[in-house]
Amino acid sequence: MEEKINGMIQTMAKENNQNKACIEHPEDTKGILEVQNLNAWYGKTLAIKNISMSIPSKAIMAIIGPSGCGKSTFIRCLNRMHEVSHGGRVEGCIMLDGKDIYARDADPVVIRRRIGMVFQKPAPFPTMTVFDNVAAGLKLTQFWSRRWELEEVVERSLRQAALWDEVKDKLHQSGASLSGGQQQRLCIARAIAVQPEIILLDEPCSALDPASTLKIEDLMRNLVTQYSIVIVTHNMQQAARVSDMAGFFLADQDRAGILIQYGQTSQLFTNPKDKRTEDYITGRFG
Amino acid sequence: MAMKRKEQETTSPTGAKSWKFGRRSGFSDKIFSNLTLVFTLIMVGILVALVFVLAKDAMPAITKFGFSFFTGRIWNPVKDIYGALPAIYGTLLSSLIGLIIAVPISLGAAIFLVELAPKWLTGPASFIIEMLAAIPSVIIGLWGLYVLVPVVRSPIEKWLGSHLGSLPFFQGPPFGVGFLAAGLLLAIMIIPIITAVTRDAMKAVPNEQREAMFALGATRWETIDKAVLPYCRTGIVGAIILGLGRALGETMAVTMVIGNSYKLTASLFSPGATIASTIANQFGEATTGVYTGSLIELALILFGVTLIVNIVARTLVWRMTSVKAAKE
Amino acid sequence: MNNLNERGHSRRKWINRIMLGLSGTATAITILILALILGYTLVRGISYVNLNMLTQAAKPMGQTGGGMRNEIFGTLILVLLGSVIALPIGLLSGIFLAEFASPKVAATIRFTADILAGVPSIVVGVFVYAIMVMPMHSYSALSAGVALAIIMVPVVARTAEESLRLVPTSMREAALALGITRWRAVIGVVIPGAMTGIVTGIMLGVARIAGETAPLLFTALGSQFGVQGLSKPIGSLSLMIYHYALSPYPADQQKAWAGAFLLVLLVLVISIVVRWVSNRKHV
Repeated sequence: MEEKINGMIQTMAKENNQNKACIEHPEDTKGILEVQNLNAWYGKTLAIKNISMSIPSKAIMAIIGPSGCGKSTFIRCLNRMHEVSHGGRVEGCIMLDGKDIYARDADPVVIRRRIGMVFQKPAPFPTMTVFDNVAAGLKLTQFWSRRWELEEVVERSLRQAALWDEVKDKLHQSGASLSGGQQQRLCIARAIAVQPEIILLDEPCSALDPASTLKIEDLMRNLVTQYSIVIVTHNMQQAARVSDMAGFFLADQDRAGILIQYGQTSQLFTNPKDKRTEDYITGRFG
Repeated sequence: MAMKRKEQETTSPTGAKSWKFGRRSGFSDKIFSNLTLVFTLIMVGILVALVFVLAKDAMPAITKFGFSFFTGRIWNPVKDIYGALPAIYGTLLSSLIGLIIAVPISLGAAIFLVELAPKWLTGPASFIIEMLAAIPSVIIGLWGLYVLVPVVRSPIEKWLGSHLGSLPFFQGPPFGVGFLAAGLLLAIMIIPIITAVTRDAMKAVPNEQREAMFALGATRWETIDKAVLPYCRTGIVGAIILGLGRALGETMAVTMVIGNSYKLTASLFSPGATIASTIANQFGEATTGVYTGSLIELALILFGVTLIVNIVARTLVWRMTSVKAAKE
Repeated sequence: MNNLNERGHSRRKWINRIMLGLSGTATAITILILALILGYTLVRGISYVNLNMLTQAAKPMGQTGGGMRNEIFGTLILVLLGSVIALPIGLLSGIFLAEFASPKVAATIRFTADILAGVPSIVVGVFVYAIMVMPMHSYSALSAGVALAIIMVPVVARTAEESLRLVPTSMREAALALGITRWRAVIGVVIPGAMTGIVTGIMLGVARIAGETAPLLFTALGSQFGVQGLSKPIGSLSLMIYHYALSPYPADQQKAWAGAFLLVLLVLVISIVVRWVSNRKHV
């Protein structure tokens, strides 16, 4: 058995042009994203250390923990946005469909197509209309797009984002003219218009009022039938309400973020195996 | 322009669609960033080429006159002998006059705009001052020649001559055209930039400084004089030097009112010449290599002087802004 | 009030009043100067303005009548030529500085652009004379266009760079997160977001070169005839003002004022539009 695994490791290493081996798990425990030994730096500072976890398919995974423990950094590694930041550097493997997204021959643009992201502060493109915002991912990659195709995609995405009824008469107004909650749903529609497999949400509701927050939480439960979702949140009640699985992050003594434990949300909240998790959940800190 | 599909569909063992991880999009990004780099290098190249070409074409004059170009007073195309001293002197003198007149006015206007003016006034007033900067030099020269020069001739120079005529600066017949008129026009042209940069410098002074002075019982003016101005004096000096740089290079307005007489004289009433006016007036007529070369050497000198002045000014202004940024 | 020091106090009050009064006077003087210049130009120029001015060619020096059609065309063509050459260089440099350059490289290049902006315009004219007019053995509109372009490039580059920098990082990241290439993100999202600033920068550059005279003296030379082609001399409003101003004939001086009126009008309109556009953006 060991020789077989070693042999697999060698082949995979050669295929991926890497020094480290990225191990593909056997099929039955495979999540849609396999994170293996992920480390990320800002310049010389280590931000997250040795994270390994499995992101489940067609489920909502919440990343929780106190602020400053690398949750945002972690999620930005999942779609290779971390390297866009000044001084951002990543080591480790993240396997999508058996291939490492950090392989030398992997194209970040293609990866970000498959793994979409919605940011904390709603960022609609202010110079574009609502329609153009949703269509942006498509219009910016193909110079030609038949009008009716775009209209179909925009309507479908806005419906999925539970925004269609509110903006169907405003499609040609500026994207910035909507309310905060609507803007965030617009960004969600924009992200799903390119049909990703996974949607990452980095504290999407922290800048929103409670009513908008609940709308987005409902929205996520509908989206999860088609997309796998990872959401960073510092709001534990939200994590408990919305997620199927949860991962708890904490900063170690060197201020690098580490993963304490992850698993079924219900189990994590009612019967956390690690004392630190229990302390966080019961509100002793954070 | 139809774009080829970069990705190819394959199916993985799990049955999900997966795009082949190609690296082709990095290629188009490289092209774009290299394109911008090329054009940036063109911009840099222009400056480099400028220096080289001027130096090369000034060679006939440099080799013939050497250092005496800077000390020679004669500019004689017939004999092909050229000395730049009167032009250099004229440039410096007219710019100095311009500065002396412009600095108090600019500082005063900046103080008024930042510290005293009611909010509704600052916008329009600043705009008006900016518009002064936008007026083309040739129009200021036109106005200078037909409106200012007669006024300079009389009553200004008459008055100065009769009351301060004992000083060598104010002796000689009141021509109207000359250093004084040129200096006045230069002052008009550099007031906007000194005002604008001084304003920025003063606005950068944190309010706490002013409030601390007020709390000590200082008057408005004392606050400005003792708290605000010293705090931003680097920026103010930078502003003044920027104005100087602008004045040194100014051509059209000065050429039209300086009278074009190539001599060294202390009198402000006298016509004179500047580097820029000499080039402007004679470049079209230059025939021999030495003649053209001398004019180009003048241009090179002007370039060098304004370069140094501008670098000093920008360093001072930059220091002011980075101090402000560091304190925030 | 401190009664013990009343004399000192009132002296301070007086100084305060005088100095503040002086500063207000200084502002008034500046505004007055502008009013005088614009006023004279308006008054002396407008009496000559009529339709003829725009449609007729100029008469020989000294004669009354005639228009400035060719000079107006000349200015427009030179500005167009200068812009066409300067825009690609300036815009792409600005994009490079804002999007791709490392901080050290950016600082050096920015410095270079500032130096280029500070070169006296007559020196630029001499440079272009040396590299174009002399080898071509002819004054030409093209060389004048190049000279104007050299003056315009740093203006466009710096304002483009600053406008691009003002675009928030969140917009850039949102664009990249959609899975589009860097260059498409810049062209499709970042540049539109900076468009107001970029356009005002271009307009400022245009206003600047429309009024330039010195660099045209030995490149365009000036011409009383129409636009003859890119490789022939060409006239402009600014050159015309200069030549007529120095003419001894009152008829010519009158035309100089008229030309000045037109030119000032052009520059003022552009400045006002620029101001209006940037205020609108900040509101």
